[in-house]
Order: sequence, then C-alpha cells, then structure tokens
Amino acid sequence: MKNRSLISINDFTRAEHIRILELAGAFENNPRQRILQDYVVATLFFEPSTRTRLSFESAATRLGAKVIGFTDSSSSSVQKGESLRDTILTVSNYCDIIVMRHPREGSARFASEVAKVPVINAGDGANQHPTQTLLDMYSIRKTQGSLDNLNIAFVGDLKYGRTVHSLVQALCHYNTTFHFVSPLELKLPSAVKIDIKQRNLVYHQSTDLLEVIPKVDILYMTRIQKERFSDPLDYEKVKNAYILNNQMLDAAKPNLKILHPLPRVNEITTDVDGNPKAYYFTQALNGVFVRQALLASILGVVD
Amino acid sequence: MEREDIRKELKVSAIENGTVIDHIPSKNVFQVIKILNLSEYQDQVLIGNNLDSRKMGKKGIVKVSNKFFKSDEINKIALVAPSATLIIIRNFEVVEKKNVEVPDYAENIVKCFNPNCITNNEEIVTKFTVIDKKELKLRCHYCEKITARNNIAFR
Repeated sequence: MKNRSLISINDFTRAEHIRILELAGAFENNPRQRILQDYVVATLFFEPSTRTRLSFESAATRLGAKVIGFTDSSSSSVQKGESLRDTILTVSNYCDIIVMRHPREGSARFASEVAKVPVINAGDGANQHPTQTLLDMYSIRKTQGSLDNLNIAFVGDLKYGRTVHSLVQALCHYNTTFHFVSPLELKLPSAVKIDIKQRNLVYHQSTDLLEVIPKVDILYMTRIQKERFSDPLDYEKVKNAYILNNQMLDAAKPNLKILHPLPRVNEITTDVDGNPKAYYFTQALNGVFVRQALLASILGVVD
Repeated sequence: MEREDIRKELKVSAIENGTVIDHIPSKNVFQVIKILNLSEYQDQVLIGNNLDSRKMGKKGIVKVSNKFFKSDEINKIALVAPSATLIIIRNFEVVEKKNVEVPDYAENIVKCFNPNCITNNEEIVTKFTVIDKKELKLRCHYCEKITARNNIAFR
C-alpha cells in the first residue's frame, strides 16, 4: 500500500482491508514504536472533528511522527480565499502524508490528484470516511472472530449516515445479512442497496428495534441528527423511537456487541455502558490502531 | 424523398463533404456545438434550429464541412442528444447513417448535480463513469454521487 492514497473504502481490495486489520492487531499488541520518527504527518481539518483528528494525531505521535496542521479553516489561508488546490500543493511540500477532513464531497479525491504525497481521507462531506469504516470492521472482526456470515443491524439515521453507507458497502464482501432499522423518513438510500442486491445478499428493513435485537451479532447504532430534518416537527416525532436501553438487551445473543461511531447524544442510555455488550468506547480506541496501521503501511515502513 | 422533406432539408444548405448531425433536441443544439468545439472550427459550419420534425416536433441540425468525427469524439454528444443521427456526406451523397452511442466516460461535459461536490466549488475538470447507458446514470469521480437523466446539466 506504499504511497497509495486512501479516499474511498473501495480503493482497497478485500485482501488489502484484511491486511490493514491484521497490521492494526499488531499495533494493538505493541502500540508504542518509534518507527515514524523521520516522518511528518499533516492533519488538515477544513472543518472541525475533534475525535477523528485526535485519533490520527495520537496514532502518529505514538509511532514517533511529527504532526503539523490546522484544526479548522478559519485558522488557515482558506480564510484568505486560497483554493484547495493551492493549499494542498503548498502543504505537500512540508509533509510526507496528508490526513484531511473537508466539508465538500469529492475534496479528498481531488486533493489526492493534486498532492505530491499520499492523502488519507478523514471525511469528505457526506461522502466517505474510510478510516472509520476500517475501524468498524476491525471492531466487528475482533469481537466476532471473523467478518464472514454475520447478522448486522444498522439503527437510526440510515439515509444520511455516511459511516453506515461505507460500512454496508464494505460488508458486502463478507456475506453479511443486513437488518436496517430506521424511521421511514431515514431509510437506507436505494443507491446503497445496489451493492447488496448485486451480491444477492439478504437484507431486512424494519422500524422496530426491539424485534431485531435477538437476531443479530452486531448492533450498529447511529445518532439521528436534528439538522437532517427540514421540518422540526418531523424530528420531534422520531427522535425517541430508536433509543437503546439496558433492558432491551435481555433477549440479545451472548456474542452481541453494540457499536456506535460516536459522538452519542441520547440514542444509547448510559445504563448500557456497563454492559459487557457495550463496545463503542473500545471501538474508538481501535481507531488508533487502525490509523497506525494505515500511516505505517502507506509510508512504506511496514509491508 | 417527399416534397415536405425536401423543403425542410433546404432550410439548411447542403454540404459537399462532411458530417450532418441531425435530430438534435432544439434546446441542446448549442450544447452540441460547444462539446464538439465547433466555435473554433475554421471550415463551414451550418446550423439550423427549431426546424419542424415529424419525429421530434422541433429539432436542430448541424452540418460540418470536411469533418469526419472519430467515434469517441462524436459519442460525447450522446449525453446531450441521444436521439441524434449522424450522416456522412461525400460529393453531396449520403454514404453512411448511424446513431450516436452513450460513451463509457464523460470528461468536462456534465455538471455534477450535487451542489456540495468539490467540482461545483473549485475549478476542476468533471469526470463521470457512465454506470447505466440506457437510463443514463453517471457516477461522479469525485463525490461518487449519481447524476441521472432527470437532473443532468451541462458545463
């Protein structure tokens, strides 16, 4: 994967995904190695994302790399009207790899075509967020032993949830049975179902969370965002329908794990946090190992 | 040829050698001219628009003297004029007639319908993969969103 950009989850093959997950496992066992001391990682956050940025910076720092960058566009030359092209051309002189988050869809692909160094997409608008997808895959594989033949439920905002779309795409390579649980207004878009249908995979759609819980190995919860609704009344109608509490997990399979891309607002009540099925904070930790694996393999320090 | 057809045909003079692009939807004639870069063409170009057509109601026609397009060059216009027919003329005679075919890729012709796509916010050449030729669905190389026939627009 040396010198390759990671923009979309489909840029890497199934075998390459697995290789990254295996490397991430090695970093989990030995997270502090100074193998990137000679490297500079630029984190360009054109819109703020504390979690993703800190996770990348933690990954880079624990491998000994120097991190430079900005945390939102108001503190960069974008404010002065500089084009993305010029920003990327300039910054690629200063670093060995660029990690970028940008509010426009397609910005990361464009940056990777302009930059002289590889680019890792840390989120381009509503489009892709492949490192989140990889850490989700890592968490599923680690807790279930394998990615193959699992029953996976996606709950909440399936229409706009970028993490859901990418993870569904990626899981289509693993004979997954999908359970989509959402209000009708926030159903999975048909464009995302194309991949599922092409592979003749089974999927179920439901509005009832309780009915789905006993059937699945992974419960992937998402936040229903108020700003997605043009009519605030529509939001009020659905906002409490998909809240998971501890009691609802009574009928769950013993191997069930609950994932969430975070931040959580109220869609998982805090009484679930103590349940061994709650995995979302460990999932966030896994993000550091996956990002270490990506930085190290793209910079060519590991194979 | 029926009398009515002859009369219509004569509204735009005949060319001795070259290509006639017929059955262009009237609203897209100038788009076709733009795509084929005919404003830079030094030989004769005859343009007729809003001509009566039994097939289409109104149509446009473009006649380009001494120009025989390569298929990838001409197929680009299928995105704006899928109904277009190409007529190759030599010595005032029709030597070949064919339809245009939707290409596999479209570069810098189509505008991405996603307003938040980077191509609508920076100076970037748009690139699309045609994923469905019949329904005309194009996937943006940058934002990965699909622009379909009903929301297609041109640069």
